[in-house]
Amino acid sequence: MIVEFGHFALVLAVVVALFQTVVPLWGTLSREPRLMETARPAAILQLVLLLIAFLALMYAYVVSDFSVANVAANSHSTKPLIYRISGVWGNHEGSMLLWVLILATFGAAVALFGNNLPLSLRANVLSVQASIALAFGIFMLATSNPFLRLESPPIDGRGLNPILQDPALAFHPPFLYAGYVGFSIAFSFAIAALIDGRIDAAWARWVRPWTLAAWMCLTLGIAMGSWWAYYELGWGGWWFWDPVENASFMPWLAGTALLHSALVMEKRETLKVWTILLAILTFSLSLMGTFLVRSGVLTSVHAFAVDPERGVAILMIMTIFVGGGLALFAMRAGELRQGGLFAPISREGALVLNNVFLTAATATVFVGTLYPLLLEGLTGAKISVGPPFFNMTFIPLMVPLLVALPFGPFLPWKRGDLVGVSQRLIATAVFALIVMVATMAITERGPWLAPIMMGVGVYVMAGSIQELAFRARIGSAGREEVLRRLWNLPRSVYGTVLAHFGVGLMVVGIVATSAYQTEKVVVMKPGETAEVAGYTLAFKGVAPQKGPNYREQVGTIEVMRGDEPVTTLHPSKRIYDSPPQPTSEAGIHASWRGDLYTVLGDAQKEDGGFAFRFYFNPLVRFIWLGALIMFIAGGISLTDRRLRVGAPKRSRSSDTPTGAVAAE
Amino acid sequence: MTRKQKRGFLIGTAIAILAIAVIMVAFALRDTIVFFQTPSDVAEGKVEPGERFRLGGLVADGSVERGQGTKVKFSVTDTLQTVPVSYEGILPDLFREGQGVVTEGKLDETGQFQADTVLAKHDENYMPPEVAAALKEKGVKLGEGAEHPGGKTN
Repeated sequence: MIVEFGHFALVLAVVVALFQTVVPLWGTLSREPRLMETARPAAILQLVLLLIAFLALMYAYVVSDFSVANVAANSHSTKPLIYRISGVWGNHEGSMLLWVLILATFGAAVALFGNNLPLSLRANVLSVQASIALAFGIFMLATSNPFLRLESPPIDGRGLNPILQDPALAFHPPFLYAGYVGFSIAFSFAIAALIDGRIDAAWARWVRPWTLAAWMCLTLGIAMGSWWAYYELGWGGWWFWDPVENASFMPWLAGTALLHSALVMEKRETLKVWTILLAILTFSLSLMGTFLVRSGVLTSVHAFAVDPERGVAILMIMTIFVGGGLALFAMRAGELRQGGLFAPISREGALVLNNVFLTAATATVFVGTLYPLLLEGLTGAKISVGPPFFNMTFIPLMVPLLVALPFGPFLPWKRGDLVGVSQRLIATAVFALIVMVATMAITERGPWLAPIMMGVGVYVMAGSIQELAFRARIGSAGREEVLRRLWNLPRSVYGTVLAHFGVGLMVVGIVATSAYQTEKVVVMKPGETAEVAGYTLAFKGVAPQKGPNYREQVGTIEVMRGDEPVTTLHPSKRIYDSPPQPTSEAGIHASWRGDLYTVLGDAQKEDGGFAFRFYFNPLVRFIWLGALIMFIAGGISLTDRRLRVGAPKRSRSSDTPTGAVAAE
Repeated sequence: MTRKQKRGFLIGTAIAILAIAVIMVAFALRDTIVFFQTPSDVAEGKVEPGERFRLGGLVADGSVERGQGTKVKFSVTDTLQTVPVSYEGILPDLFREGQGVVTEGKLDETGQFQADTVLAKHDENYMPPEVAAALKEKGVKLGEGAEHPGGKTN
């Protein structure tokens, strides 16, 4: 009964989406405020209906109602409660429902908190937003309905792929989707503004918090996915340049560019056309990510629950929105007024440079991800583009961006002095050089580039701290003055400083892990020891154990450092009951120095030995710590008074950009 | 600088950076891509010894032989032709006889494929699209759930 109720709610939500697509837009075109006003209750109603549908499906999972096809195919009665809940989005149909639910949540948030938006803009935004929900709603009802019943329900379900039964992965899709879908707001605002034909600084001010929120979620979502792949897959790596990973990374890169260009647009009323284009492209990449992941057209190690036929439907939706958005952009972009001027060496110039590099990087990832598809379509040859391609193209684009990064916040708007900023950054550069030399001295192997990149990472971190020091006048003002300044700095400054610090920290982690990882594959019998990166690992034996829905062979390894016992690790091999699938659970000892990572392999036939794979990943935690800092930094920026949704009003003077006058 | 000059400088820089990116991509594509071949392709002599490529197919039944330490030998087949593979390392969890597999490495002089990578899939029902397509091309009937690449198995 509850399931049918959910099904009905989903159908109603699609009907509401249809209403919300048509009526408010009709209202803005006919300038009828009463029609425009309907957008707000419709958006809220749509959220309520989708929430009912989602909770109904979740209920079916929690009580293990195997008469529902989706539950029978993806759940199992012995599965722990948390994985029965996360199982809701661990499959195609359920994840699409989550996708639409998040879409509606963002729409309803604009309806509720967008009091300061002009009525027609709000109506248009919600109308565009609803059209996306409509497309995906029809798609779900037609091809991916999670509420279908089975005529003869099985006694028990087939179960969820065991490697998805994991706490980090339970929350990875919601955050990832919140990121993907959150960019739909930027898209809807861009389309709405193009329909309206007028865009000003206020537009950027309204869009930025939503983009920032989406970017934060995407950052955390990708980081969680990477962290999960790291400890769950037992490969010792954290990023594989796999198409599915790239699919989430492209919107992140474009979204990062959008955050920075919207800043220019808000402060200086310039880069309007570009920012609108970027908003359209970012969401297009999100749609493409959804398509790539859900359709399985690309070979991926992370492909779950793929279905090429439903992929075609998503491709069609994508074509309509991307094509329609770009066509509207092409028609209207020429009408947008040119913005304020700035010298190449200026804050704007730095942000443009950021955008150029990030867009070029997005393009290289795009080419590397889709080239195999293109080549197969053209010549039939099957190829794979692997990490060497991305190392050759992506890294050279990131290095200049990182080198330029600390200059940006020091440069004033309109016109800056490169020499002056360089002098301010001398301390940072010297510090980075010391780190470079120290890295070279400590490490005995690794690529020549690695110490330099370690220096670059540290330079970005130090540069962001120096920005804070500069703004608070640390070193030149008295203690009280410094404290007062630190207290009064806008939160967005702290956000910038922290986010850039996180980037630097992440670079350090990435370089250290990639360049100085130790890998060792050994066969050991109980009682034998192995040496890895200064640790002594003593293998004690393997014992069988039973978990709630799996059996496992658990190895015991005592870890010593010199004569000091450090810890005992338990890498294991599991076999799940349903579906009967083996997995490896790595035994990991984490420390600030790095992670000692142990994987239990197969037993040897004759002598009772076991194969083991050991890794030492120096500073690997910095990668996710950096991402977490970026997430927190976004949160701090979001609480900035100037960004808070609802605070700023559109000013009349924005029609005559003051910057343009001043610069000429 | 005039408005026009400033704009020109900006666009010029952007184009220069993009051009560098395009050149890098072109070179990287030439040097780093790896072709996918089936055992039949190998038998036809499409690959030279020492050339790096991906070999995909099914792990031949009864072919997995564990040697000293972590050395493993097995054969990859598309049911028409079979290529012997040797690999040193720990095989992925879902490596099994009769299952689809993608390996990467080089042929040695004796015609044995020296793999340095054996690709794991997270989902036991998942069949790498190239393997499924290659098998289909060779007329191999696949079990239910592997009919489409990936299969509709959720």
